[in-house]
Amino acid sequence: MDLILFILFATIAVVCGISLVVQKHPIGSALSLIGVMGSLAVLYLLLGAEFIAAVQLIVYAGAIMVLFVFVIMLLNAGEEAPGGKSWPSRLLGVPLLTVFLGLLAYLMQLMAPSMGMVTFGSFNTGAKELGRSLFNNYLLPFEVTSVLVLIAILGAIVLARKEID
Amino acid sequence: MPQLNAVPMSWYLILSAILFTLGVAGFLFRRNIITVFMSIELMLNAVNLSFVAFSHQLRQVDGQIFTFFVMVVAAAEAAVGLAIILTVFKNRQTLSIDEVSSLKN
Repeated sequence: MDLILFILFATIAVVCGISLVVQKHPIGSALSLIGVMGSLAVLYLLLGAEFIAAVQLIVYAGAIMVLFVFVIMLLNAGEEAPGGKSWPSRLLGVPLLTVFLGLLAYLMQLMAPSMGMVTFGSFNTGAKELGRSLFNNYLLPFEVTSVLVLIAILGAIVLARKEID
Repeated sequence: MPQLNAVPMSWYLILSAILFTLGVAGFLFRRNIITVFMSIELMLNAVNLSFVAFSHQLRQVDGQIFTFFVMVVAAAEAAVGLAIILTVFKNRQTLSIDEVSSLKN
């Protein structure tokens, strides 16, 4: 059952990822990215990360992607103009990326015997364990993050203000 | 694989590698500034998947905490980045990254 779910949602994630790259219209790319994020949330559940799966759906697929779609519609972004690629990127891009992916996959396979299998339910972490670790071991980073978010809010307001030239 | 209730850990990591490579491809090949930004989000998501996979592998919750922080940083980045895109569009009336090249000269 785990294997079927993994293969199903991994396929959805990869297909949506390819669709993100090849779609000509940004709204198509945004919808594909929502597909990737939704299927990643299911994979997080399979890995026992319940809280992260919920946050993935609420923050990523909910808040961040709504922001993206909102900006695409606000700017009335159309299809991107064809061409404009330099010849090195056209010639070398795909082979070099394939080599990069092959290298990564080879290293993972090299590590694979020591890593074992994932079975659902062998390690479940909800909000309780995560919160305990967050507020004991990672309290300072957590507080610094709140300052970062505050700065981001102020920056976004200042940048998107009407008076700017 | 005979048993259906277990997935090899390396498959998760390879899926993460595939998604990361797709993100790099989108970042390199696309010309629309919003799509380039979405490719960055795809790369962050791929790294999050391997963080959660390693968290499961090591039976420690720290990997999920890192994922949590990456999500917070991604949210802040999205807010500021989209505000910058709005400002660029207001000033130049274009979304093509080839035409936003003031720093080149």
